[in-house]
Amino acid sequence: MYFQNFEQLLHMDGHGAFVWAAYAITVFVIIAILLAPGRRQRRFLTQLAGELKRQRVTDSNAGEN
Amino acid sequence: MWTFFHKLGSPPWLYGISGSILRWLLPLTLLALATGLVWGLLFTAPDFRQGNSYRIIYIHVPAAVVALAGYYVMALAGAINLIWKMKMADVAMRSAAPIGAALTFIALVTGAIWGKPTWGTWWVWDARITSMLILLFLYLGVIALYEAFDNKEAAGKACAVLSLVGMVNIPIIYKSVDWWYSLHQPASIKFTGESSIDPSMLYPLLLMIGAFYALFTCCLLMNMRAELLSREARTNWVRKLALSGGRD
Amino acid sequence: MSAPGPLAFCLRLLRRQLILAVRRPIEIGNPLLFFAMVVALFPLGLGPAPDQLASFAPGILWIIALLSNLLTSDAVFRSDFDDGSLEQLLLSPQPLYLSVLAYIAAHWLITGLLLALVSPLFALMLNLPAGAIGSLMASLLLGTAVLSLLGCIGAALTVGLKRGGMLISLLILPLYMPVLIFGSAAVKAAVIGAPAGPYLALLGAMLCLAIALAPLAIAAGLRISIDA
Repeated sequence: MYFQNFEQLLHMDGHGAFVWAAYAITVFVIIAILLAPGRRQRRFLTQLAGELKRQRVTDSNAGEN
Repeated sequence: MWTFFHKLGSPPWLYGISGSILRWLLPLTLLALATGLVWGLLFTAPDFRQGNSYRIIYIHVPAAVVALAGYYVMALAGAINLIWKMKMADVAMRSAAPIGAALTFIALVTGAIWGKPTWGTWWVWDARITSMLILLFLYLGVIALYEAFDNKEAAGKACAVLSLVGMVNIPIIYKSVDWWYSLHQPASIKFTGESSIDPSMLYPLLLMIGAFYALFTCCLLMNMRAELLSREARTNWVRKLALSGGRD
Repeated sequence: MSAPGPLAFCLRLLRRQLILAVRRPIEIGNPLLFFAMVVALFPLGLGPAPDQLASFAPGILWIIALLSNLLTSDAVFRSDFDDGSLEQLLLSPQPLYLSVLAYIAAHWLITGLLLALVSPLFALMLNLPAGAIGSLMASLLLGTAVLSLLGCIGAALTVGLKRGGMLISLLILPLYMPVLIFGSAAVKAAVIGAPAGPYLALLGAMLCLAIALAPLAIAAGLRISIDA
């Protein structure tokens, strides 16, 4: 470990704000692009499942009549 | 050999195989990213000229490298779609564009933040920054063109043509911006030569470049899976998947 | 009547485009008027100091030429797409590469060439040194041809879309940038007395590359737009 203590790590000789901001933005964007496809897939699958269930219900209703 | 290509054209097979690839690639990517971040942030010595602000290199350079490579991946997929009419190539091209744009954005923002302590200003019309900005515009153009078409097959082909045109232009743009900058280069800004990078800084950088490539691959596969499902919504395997609650 | 050869067909197409343009002179006048008006905007925005304007003049003139080229390129295939004659052209047994070149040549003749011819007037209004006017015209002549070729790629890809106007600038402005760099560099070099030849040679090289490759992309784009 290069830094002696936590404060030094945060401060980084005056460059801390820049370094941490850059890393924070990067981590944020990476998390966003990692999560986006999963969310899209789940939303699509739940929507499709709902559609299919509704369709099945209407089909069975039509069969009874 | 040919059965491989036939399988590659089959959505359920691709969905399955990409799922089993992601199962080990995704944890590995996250591990490599975390290791690289911690290594770069905590365990490397500061640069003797730039101090600690140089630590941004561990995210800036990998993002820029992979963003450029991503454009070539996208254009190549577009070419495959145009020549062999492979639907999977279209899916890959469509999925690569937003990831590439996000990585270009990371490279630009971290570059700007790095510029403030190093050069004293957020934005410099430096050759590399300017060409990254143009790369972002190229990505956004492809995304905008795709969204503008109602017919998604035509959208894929149009974007393929556009990304191929962009691929031919990238070296020209890069070279001309480089030239332009050397004509106008203000004397106050000096660049530190990167020719002699110490191994203790090089290894975490190489790890991060590898991790970003893996990240690109993971995001590409996940985007492709989501895209595949929504394109194959009328088929039996997708319906089965939806009714089983999304477990494959 | 026998089918004309490819070259004769191209010339007929070129003649047709030019006649269509001449019949509506306002369409030819619009880019020039646009050029004049935007030239008037710059002194209003930057201040009328002659030496300051003169130092910005190469960039200003080139950016306006680029924008007026961009605005007109949207319409190159539009009317022929709407009335179906573009589809007939694609079905005809003529090489599309050459037919597309005829369209581009017509577009360049009625925008780029005219802009280059009237540019000395605006250059004088912006106090560009007289010695640089020759290289301004030469760079505009070469550069606007490249711009027309690139602009038609965007026009071909967006011709089938309802709202192509804004999109086309998103698509092709990044591709315009190298032309802007070398075009304005040629004029600037002439202003400070350096030879403009190398920059003009680079523009010429870009033109050669664009003539070789852009019609392929335009032809592909037109086929995609017609199929959609």
